Amino acid sequence: MTMRLAFGFSLAAAALAALAFAPFYVGPYQVGLLIGLAGYVTLSSAWALFSGPTRYVSLATVAFFGIGAYTVAALNEILPYPLVLLAAAGVGLGIALIVGLSTLRLAGVYFVIFTFGLAELVRQLVTWYEVNVTGTLGRYIFMSFGPEEIYWQLLALMAATLFVSWCIGRSRLGLALKIIGDDEVVAAHCGIDIARTKLALFALSAVIITLVGAIQAPRWTYIEPGIVFNPTVSFLTLIMALLGGANRLWGPALGAVPLFLLFEWLSANFPDHYSIILGLLFIAIVFILPGGVLAFVERALAHSKRVTGNAERVREPGTAEARQ
Amino acid sequence: MSALLEIRDLTKRFGGLTAVNGVSFDISRGETVGLLGPNGSGKTTVLNMISGLLPASGGAIHLNGEKISGLAANRIARRGVARTFQLVRILPSLSVEDNVVAALAFGKKRLWDRAARDDALTCLERVGLQGRGSENAADLTYIDQKRLELARALAAEPSLLLLDEWLAGLNPTELRIGIDLIADLNDSGMTVFLVEHVMDAIRALCGRSVVMNAGMKIADGPTGDVLGDPGVVRAYLGDAHA
Amino acid sequence: MLMTALIAGLVLGGTYALVAMGLTLQYGIARIMNLAYGETMITAAFAAFILQSALGLNPIADLLLIVPGGFLLSWAIYALMMRPLVTRSRDRGALEIDSILATFGLLFVIQGVLLVIFGANYMSYSYLNVPVSILGANVAANRLLALVLALAIGVTLYLLMTRTRWGTTIRAVAVAPQSAPLVGIDVNRTARFAFALGGALAAAGGVVISMYQTFTATSGVVFTMKALIVVIMGGVGNLLGALSAGLILGMVETFVATYVDPGLTLAATYGIFLALLLWRPQGLFGKAAR
Repeated sequence: MTMRLAFGFSLAAAALAALAFAPFYVGPYQVGLLIGLAGYVTLSSAWALFSGPTRYVSLATVAFFGIGAYTVAALNEILPYPLVLLAAAGVGLGIALIVGLSTLRLAGVYFVIFTFGLAELVRQLVTWYEVNVTGTLGRYIFMSFGPEEIYWQLLALMAATLFVSWCIGRSRLGLALKIIGDDEVVAAHCGIDIARTKLALFALSAVIITLVGAIQAPRWTYIEPGIVFNPTVSFLTLIMALLGGANRLWGPALGAVPLFLLFEWLSANFPDHYSIILGLLFIAIVFILPGGVLAFVERALAHSKRVTGNAERVREPGTAEARQ
Repeated sequence: MSALLEIRDLTKRFGGLTAVNGVSFDISRGETVGLLGPNGSGKTTVLNMISGLLPASGGAIHLNGEKISGLAANRIARRGVARTFQLVRILPSLSVEDNVVAALAFGKKRLWDRAARDDALTCLERVGLQGRGSENAADLTYIDQKRLELARALAAEPSLLLLDEWLAGLNPTELRIGIDLIADLNDSGMTVFLVEHVMDAIRALCGRSVVMNAGMKIADGPTGDVLGDPGVVRAYLGDAHA
Repeated sequence: MLMTALIAGLVLGGTYALVAMGLTLQYGIARIMNLAYGETMITAAFAAFILQSALGLNPIADLLLIVPGGFLLSWAIYALMMRPLVTRSRDRGALEIDSILATFGLLFVIQGVLLVIFGANYMSYSYLNVPVSILGANVAANRLLALVLALAIGVTLYLLMTRTRWGTTIRAVAVAPQSAPLVGIDVNRTARFAFALGGALAAAGGVVISMYQTFTATSGVVFTMKALIVVIMGGVGNLLGALSAGLILGMVETFVATYVDPGLTLAATYGIFLALLLWRPQGLFGKAAR
């Protein structure tokens, strides 16, 4: 077991190192792609951190993402950069706590719609504020560093997110989340403080998402609400996590990489068909891959084992949860 | 000796319906007490208020002299109340072992990792599920799911164990095993409060019984006396038989 | 100005009420949260636009074609997409998540198709665009007609639901889906019918909207959100609730736009909605959840 663990960690470290050196060998366009990839892997992993085990489908991703970007836009000329990031994280945390405290008792469709409405409300308010109070719709962000630095920051955040997610998966907190996802009544009777657990995870996930927005903001140079509060970010994050499997450590990353590349290609070649493909993907996931690709593969493996008459007991498809 | 559980004037109203109406009784340490009554008499509601699943509309519940009514279910669980549910509630996406670890990790013992796994194995053995820890909980048979639910309740090492028709739906062999299991728990000093319809089990297990009808307590005493009480017979069978 | 705002609010509110009644049928009876609801409306609006510009039909005639079309389309969507999800779902929660994701997909597909065909431009056509004077306020005749149509359709539906045998059947399924089969009601058929009927109302709403507002291929989401707000405000499955909540929302929007700041209209809508979800998720007129 520890052997496997050490092997896994070395492999992850090697992959991370390779990714970190990548900008030295590729052109600016590829660095741009890498930024997008690292961004969406982080977003979908952070999304799954909360939404995977609790099954709360959140569409507030872009609300926090945009808040991060706007904090940077508002503060980048006033504070040194590390403090700007810290401020963004702080704003994200504060809003996440307020939203979480007031909404986590909503479940199912009410939560979905609330989070969607929240993102729209934030966008409308920021737009109104910019137009009526500051008098300009957009803001400029000038930073002294280039896309490589943005990429490295995102890569570090991505690694941290995956590591945190791995730790949580093995911790008491991770078990608590699985129990809550299964049956809240049992969770409470086991002594779990449901509200606090959900709030902690929601806040953690929101802070990471806010940071992704903050780190990516300088990429745009010019931002306005329509750009950074684009609801597509929420939808993409959601569909990436679901495609890979929101209950697996590597699931969201596995969904994010191909989908990001696919949508990048689509928006370059078939911009008009973008949303049709996105829609078909949603439908395909619901009907063909309800637990994500990883669960599908596991089920297929389990099935082939059963067929070959392996005596080992296999887990029931659909309900089985992988232990990473 | 002071009572482990004191219930005073406990009341629950659902809109216009008073499901539990001013019920009071005590349970001493080490007792096994039955809660009887026809369907709809408010038994499960009483259990739900003790475990914190439902807030009481009036009255008070004290455990070990401390007020627990008004606390959230997770707080009450940590103070040593564990329960099973009328419709068995296991955690279907977890393994059998993790179902038990669930109670160990967040209860008053807060065990984790090795210690939790060892303890979970002991609990599983206690209910006859030894060697089944790695199975998927959803794949268990009905009786095994009931066993698992009991193992989870026991894992918390509760000072008060609430069983809601835990014996219902078992076949005669399973029933005998089930009764023996609860009797063992009582022998080991655990206080058990059970809602039950299986009269054989009540006679075998409960030295004392509380009977409810239409939300009120109508009898409380040694089980033999209570079951012969004309008021209780009337509540169960109607006036003609009294 | 007050009178103008009042009438504008009524017109807008009447349309919202009409649209929300359809959604409340779909969610309250078929138990499907249809996030592609607004797209059904916008599709109908585009259909009205084509019929008007290509065939020269007036919107009233459009209704006769488009409303049955919306019914059939939604009937097919339920039978092909939703029914399999209902059959396979273990519990209400799983069905809810599945239907949200599936209808999300549908939303993007319909929106994408509309974008490919019509582009992202704002569309509108001119019909009965003549001012009528009511109590000193000038109102376009098409808006008045929209209000009349919305109210007429809404009231007819309400009467059908409360006074007829099949209305009772539908309401029985809404209240007690488990017990309805015991009295011989085919829940699946009723759900499919309610879903289709909801789609027909969405189509009617789309035609009505197209008579006095501009629309684009992407405006469906906003209508879905507004319909949802009205449904939740009025209480899920409650037709009269949807009617009154629709009027309230229309009034609030118009008054915020007239007296506060047009830029805050949507913010006000979402603000009301979020507050409502937190404080009264069972709706303004609903009873506490059982």
